[in-house]
Amino acid sequence: MYNSGKIIAGLAVFFILATLPFLLNLGKANAKIEPSIDTPEINAMPVKHCVEPKAFMRSEHMQLLNTWRDEVVRNGNRIYVGSDGNEYGISLQNGCMKCHSNKKEFCDKCHNYMAVVPYCWSCHIAPKENKS
Amino acid sequence: MSMNRRQFLKLASASTVLGVGGASVISNIGRGNLEAAQIHPDPRALKAKRWGFVVDVSKLSTDEDYQKCVNACHDIHNVPNNPNPRHEVKWIWRDTYEHTFPNTAEDKIMNKELQEKNFLLFCNHCQNPACVRVCPTKATFKRASDGIVMQDMHRCIGCRFCMAACPFGARSFNYTDPRPNIKVENKTFPTRMIGVVEKCTACYERLAIGQQPACAEASSGAIVFGDLDDPNSEVRKLIAEKYTIRRKPELGTQPSIYYVIGGGEHA
Amino acid sequence: MLEKALSGSNRYWAWIFFLLAVIGVGCIAYWKQLNEGLGITGLSRDVSWGLYIGQFTFLVGVAASAVMLVIPYYLHDFKKFSKIVILGEFLAVSAVIMCVLFIMADMGQPMRVANILLHPTPGSIVFWDVVVLNGYLLLNLIIGWTTLGADRKGVRPPDWVKPLIYLSVPWAVSIHTVTAFLYAGIPGRHFWLTAVMAARFLASAFAGGPALLIILALLVRKFSKFDPGTEAIQAIGKIVTYAMFANVFLLGLEFFTAFYSNIPGHMHPFHYLYVGIDGHTKMVPLMWLSSILAVVALAILVFPHLRRNESILAFACIALFSSLWIDKGFGLIIGGFVPNMFEGITEYWPTFLETLITAGVWATGFLILTVLYKVAIAVREEDTAVEH
Ligand code: SF4
Ligand code: SF4
Ligand code: SF4
Repeated sequence: MYNSGKIIAGLAVFFILATLPFLLNLGKANAKIEPSIDTPEINAMPVKHCVEPKAFMRSEHMQLLNTWRDEVVRNGNRIYVGSDGNEYGISLQNGCMKCHSNKKEFCDKCHNYMAVVPYCWSCHIAPKENKS
Repeated sequence: MSMNRRQFLKLASASTVLGVGGASVISNIGRGNLEAAQIHPDPRALKAKRWGFVVDVSKLSTDEDYQKCVNACHDIHNVPNNPNPRHEVKWIWRDTYEHTFPNTAEDKIMNKELQEKNFLLFCNHCQNPACVRVCPTKATFKRASDGIVMQDMHRCIGCRFCMAACPFGARSFNYTDPRPNIKVENKTFPTRMIGVVEKCTACYERLAIGQQPACAEASSGAIVFGDLDDPNSEVRKLIAEKYTIRRKPELGTQPSIYYVIGGGEHA
Repeated sequence: MLEKALSGSNRYWAWIFFLLAVIGVGCIAYWKQLNEGLGITGLSRDVSWGLYIGQFTFLVGVAASAVMLVIPYYLHDFKKFSKIVILGEFLAVSAVIMCVLFIMADMGQPMRVANILLHPTPGSIVFWDVVVLNGYLLLNLIIGWTTLGADRKGVRPPDWVKPLIYLSVPWAVSIHTVTAFLYAGIPGRHFWLTAVMAARFLASAFAGGPALLIILALLVRKFSKFDPGTEAIQAIGKIVTYAMFANVFLLGLEFFTAFYSNIPGHMHPFHYLYVGIDGHTKMVPLMWLSSILAVVALAILVFPHLRRNESILAFACIALFSSLWIDKGFGLIIGGFVPNMFEGITEYWPTFLETLITAGVWATGFLILTVLYKVAIAVREEDTAVEH
């Protein structure tokens, strides 16, 4: 029993050490990398805007996409009303990536930098890109 | 420059036309839920209490009749064409009478024409689906609004319990990466990935924008889609007029596909 | 106490490294499966569960069988089991860990396994299986470790373990009942849709698990100075015999219902397993081997004087264990899937890689078992040294 106490404490310490890199990374979601929005679609917009302001999209797009995914697949809700009051059709392939047709420069750049590998593209078909 | 969420929320509340409401609306997203005002269905969406199908096999005869329904579905949904039959993936397919109604197949002296008839099989969108009952993650679930049995390929852990449970063999598992086996990709629809289960989703993505299921559309009237809960719907009228059967009704799943067999007045 | 696992004879280390090598090979095979999908197995659209799930089911039984020692010892104060009961508890621990590994091996998207907890679905039997299996693992770890620790110091186990021990009894029954419910509640799989499934599971578990324990106890005695007790082994032999008779009886009931009712769907899986259908006979030799082994084992076990000879007993236990391993770890699952939902036949046979992964999981289980037994034996050997 004395031993089991020590073992549990030891395990706890080990667990914390092993997860330390992740714990330290928590809340450090802001990369220094600037994703490119230089696509013909975006350049053609009179006023460049996304479904929500840039800072929000930058830090919260994963939550937004998660929520969207569940709303579309599970609740059949396909129209999003942004805080600008505009309505947007929800779709990764037919929405987001229509404007951000430069996945490599837009998505991958940051994701690679942050060393995250979202599995979106295992199913969703990435836009055709010329090269690079 | 970095801006934390709280700063941003303040900024959003000051700048958005919705005022303070805007901030709370956005902060909701982080918690994984949106308010009703922020999200809604497409107004064009088709609505019903319980979607169902009537498949009139007397209107299907040539290979072509069957194949065009199958292709309509498999092409738009990026269903892979797996060369290995053990790893076959299919949402809708053609099968014999014996396979469709195996419990009646012991009859050796039945009507020849019926015995040789082929059927179109796909998910029955059962009212009491066994697949939904067993799924440990709600990756397959029944939509409360219209009775469609959905498959959330994002959530599926690939345990294949639903495949064991479905009495109709309606489900397929991705034993291999499906992508190399999709000849022409439909770029407006996702594929699936290794290790998840897929099946007919009643074309939920088409219903959502006011279109009929692809197989029904391609079937020249052999597949009729409609609300089984509405006594005035076309499907209900067909069921009232004709003799229809369902697959394995004795198991109590209440399939929502009704098969019209007898040619009779159609022939 | 764990440090006791770090000193041992050359033979001990050779065994450990052998297991590590098998685990290593299994890991490589699993890596391939992870990258290429379950297509590397013999599974198919029609037979969507196979060796992994069969082994899982079988091992749940092995885990549950610890209760056959716990009940006599703790509830009936059957002192002869005092030394061997720890072997049962540690066997349960490694069996449950193997169960978890087999489930992970079978999963198409193992990375998402947390979804079971993130989206808890009490309507799904899998949810309850996860709950009871993990609970059982924890219970046995705590009970085994604490009682052994107390033993080492020569004191009585603390009072708070008693309620846990009592709890572990119904809990053991629950793990195998819930596992049976995975199958027994599915409409349209006639082979599984039977009310005696859970009872049969328990009967076969209480035969197969203790049979394995007898083999292990004999090995322990051979390779260490610790003697789990001749009378204890004999008592377990009796349990094995009764449980196996119950199991065979329940299997007989299945045959009666299927064939006297003459309902095709109920008869076909038996046809497939024991005589084959339309030339599809892959399972037939295995199922007959299982039946013959069962008969042989019972023919030996039923005579107490044969049972008393430990080499004969060991032989009977190996026969019985193998019989159940085939029947429950393989035939049971395949019979549910063949014929398929269209009354067609797709046969299943595990591939080489699948077998390597399976061997890797077993090796992991044996490694854990070896380490735990090593600790237990070291503690017990110390005891004897002090006493004498
Ligand atoms: S046909 Fe099978 S997959 Fe479809 S709803 Fe019914 S049980 Fe589920
Ligand atoms: S395979 Fe996917 S959909 Fe089917 S039961 Fe498992 S998690 Fe649910
Ligand atoms: S309803 Fe849609 S998804 Fe289902 S079979 Fe027809 S086309 Fe395919």
